[in-house]
Amino acid sequence: MPKLEKGILLGFYFVQFLTGLSDASALFLVACGLSLIFGVLRIVNLAHGSFYMVGAYLAYYLIANFPQGAFFFWAGILLAALTVGTIGIVIETLLLRRLYYAPELFILFATFGIVLIFQDLSRWFFGAEDILGQQAPGLAGSIDIMGVLLPQYDVVLIVIAPLILVGLWFFLYRTRWGILVRAATEDREMSDALGVNQSRLFTGVFFLGSCLAGLGGAIQLPKGGANLLMDLNIIAAAFVVVVVGGMGSIPGAYLAAVIIGELSAFGVLIFPQSTLVLMFLLMAVVLVMRPHGLLGNAEPEVQGAAKMSTATLKPASKKLKLLGLALLILLFMMPVFVGSFGLVLMTEIALFALASMSLYFIMGPGGMVSFGHAAFFGGGAYAAALTVHYMQTPMELAILLAPLLVGLVALIIGWFCVRLSGVYLAMLTLACAQICWSIVFQWGKFTGGDDGILGIWPSAWASDKTVFYYLTLILCIGGIMALRHFIFAPFGYTLRACRDSSLRVDSIGINRHRHQWFAFTLAGTFAGFAGGIYVFSKGNVFPDVMAIPRSFDFLFMILLGGIETLFGPIAGSAAFTWLHDQIARIDYWQLILGCIFILLVIAFPDGIAGSIHTRLGRYFED
Amino acid sequence: MEHNIQDIILNVESLNTYYGKAQILFDLALHVYCGEVVVLLGRNGAGKTTVLKSIMGMISSKSGRVFFKGKSIDKLPPYKCCALGLGYVPQDRRIFKGLTVLENLEVGRQPPSEGYGEWTPARLLELFPNLAERRNHLAGMLSGGEQQMLTIARTLMGNPELIILDEPTEGLAPVIVNHLLTTIQRLKSEGISILMAEQNLNFARSISDRACIVYQGQIRYQSPIAELSQAAYEKYCAL
Repeated sequence: MPKLEKGILLGFYFVQFLTGLSDASALFLVACGLSLIFGVLRIVNLAHGSFYMVGAYLAYYLIANFPQGAFFFWAGILLAALTVGTIGIVIETLLLRRLYYAPELFILFATFGIVLIFQDLSRWFFGAEDILGQQAPGLAGSIDIMGVLLPQYDVVLIVIAPLILVGLWFFLYRTRWGILVRAATEDREMSDALGVNQSRLFTGVFFLGSCLAGLGGAIQLPKGGANLLMDLNIIAAAFVVVVVGGMGSIPGAYLAAVIIGELSAFGVLIFPQSTLVLMFLLMAVVLVMRPHGLLGNAEPEVQGAAKMSTATLKPASKKLKLLGLALLILLFMMPVFVGSFGLVLMTEIALFALASMSLYFIMGPGGMVSFGHAAFFGGGAYAAALTVHYMQTPMELAILLAPLLVGLVALIIGWFCVRLSGVYLAMLTLACAQICWSIVFQWGKFTGGDDGILGIWPSAWASDKTVFYYLTLILCIGGIMALRHFIFAPFGYTLRACRDSSLRVDSIGINRHRHQWFAFTLAGTFAGFAGGIYVFSKGNVFPDVMAIPRSFDFLFMILLGGIETLFGPIAGSAAFTWLHDQIARIDYWQLILGCIFILLVIAFPDGIAGSIHTRLGRYFED
Repeated sequence: MEHNIQDIILNVESLNTYYGKAQILFDLALHVYCGEVVVLLGRNGAGKTTVLKSIMGMISSKSGRVFFKGKSIDKLPPYKCCALGLGYVPQDRRIFKGLTVLENLEVGRQPPSEGYGEWTPARLLELFPNLAERRNHLAGMLSGGEQQMLTIARTLMGNPELIILDEPTEGLAPVIVNHLLTTIQRLKSEGISILMAEQNLNFARSISDRACIVYQGQIRYQSPIAELSQAAYEKYCAL
């Protein structure tokens, strides 16, 4: 910090405070749209960040093509917001409406498919270059506050958020529509029975929420511009805002956005490297003091939504075990049939199978859906890479150390996560994972940042592809069998009891949180184990391995394989890895993957193993 | 009281409803005449609530027909049934706790159907004086009895011609039950038909015209309430 006189210093802090307020505006708009949509539709709309991004791009192109002048500038911003709202209507009526009675995870998945599609469409339409936003006409200057300059546009941003807050309050508390929205937030089945057309209400709310996200993207354009990373960056921050402010509370969203804005504004002065860590600390403190957020109420029961996994898991029958044994023998004979490229793919499949199995462990029997499992998988990869890089540990030791270090991280993250449930928990895991990612990404000196860590190769004896394949296969099968053992051990039964009836479990004297915490840690450890081996199979590691899309890859594997059977994750990772390998060479492959996500959710909710089980399961019973 | 077939306001024919794979209703048939109060008696789990929810479209039945005022409503979503003049009062009240009393009434507001008086908040607050005092309180702050009144008032805001009442007396103090009785009599005198599930036999006797006994998902017995056979009641309803 530069040395300044006392008066200027005060001005400097004041301007910093105002900057924080103006940063909070866009975040608030996105978060309150997210909160509104979740409240009524019970959808955590991951595509909300995409709407924000599209709002920024659209505003840029509209303003660029309009005549000059203040009127056209603001008309462009408003039109961008309304266009995003219209896109929201199309998505709601064509896609989401089909999924309202599907399990929450499926809907989330569909919205993540939309994220992928919008990523590629935006790249296609708007190009991959970062765009610098236009200045607002008449507001390009700065004002002098106690000798320090503040851009005039920041003042506009500071004013807009409270205006929207008041406008929304008026809408929700003083109009018939607002009353219906609040009624549907509490009990949508009942308001349906009282004559309120839910579909129309849902479409209306989705339109409003999407408009707010688009407006958020558009108004921050003069300050922040537009780029293709905006979507996932804002969605993680918006999740934190919603969790901190309290789900469904719009004043809470504003309060939390302001706190986070200020935290970043002043945090930059103290830890310029990792302001996101401060965000995490804030969230942690709030969740410990007030589990439902600053202004939130207890989680409302979700009425009419289906549970994720309800099937009773049974140990495999003798016939199925024989089949499994045959599959194992086939896997061990693989090097005879496939070339070295095929072996690399098989190695990857085995590692992903273990990682997605560990996710399945908390998701299926544990009932805790995590959107941030890549943090553990990637954490394991980084833990192994860093120990090799800085301490020259041999591969064998690094593979052992990775899960232990990641287990420690999972122990810390898990302690917070098990205090929540359902989508709140999912959002928290996503936010935690995004923070882990940004630590790795921002702390370039230690982790290599975007350049990653290179040259992490296996020990000499395992450097042959075939030997490494056998090593991976044995370790992964061991890991998967260990997880299976936990599922059918008394611990696994207790875990399922916690999932199915938390009240009953509490009343018979089981410490639910402790069981779930242990399961969470265990899952993280095994994912870290897989990650530790993964880095040696690749020879290098980049922050991508911890990013949100990777977390969704694991979820996708489970969904693709089928969530009702233990074999699902394994089948899913094989199918996914093969599919990914096939389409990754195509230019707009994210678009294709997104479409496959959505198709899968709508048409094949049972997944591969699930469908086979339904059709042929009876032939394999004892 | 003699009825003509064209006076039937609600007619249910061979209704089959499932929860997942478990069948709850078996070819259930039922009818309500205009202005009649019909009570469904039966044990817990006999299927009374399922009948009511199936009629309202809150559970989709697998087969069977439901006619309301001669129109087929078995495929309609609840809000359309409501618009036709069906009112539903749920068992567990389900008031909107975070909304005020007046806002709760607003949610139920529907345009009146022909020949039925328009219920306004003013008229309803006159009918339920307790609610009038608390019109701007959050509904979550009301007592159980007041909540039961509110849930009926809220449904009346839709100006229904037939009200479905699911165990209205459950969990209410005797003095409130008496108040409820006069309220329902008042509604009946306005010409509103009522289909009600009830476990309280005394209450049912004093208000309804006809009793239907639901047993294992079927109507096993029905008669005018005055002729309700003790033997049938004990066979199907006693524990």
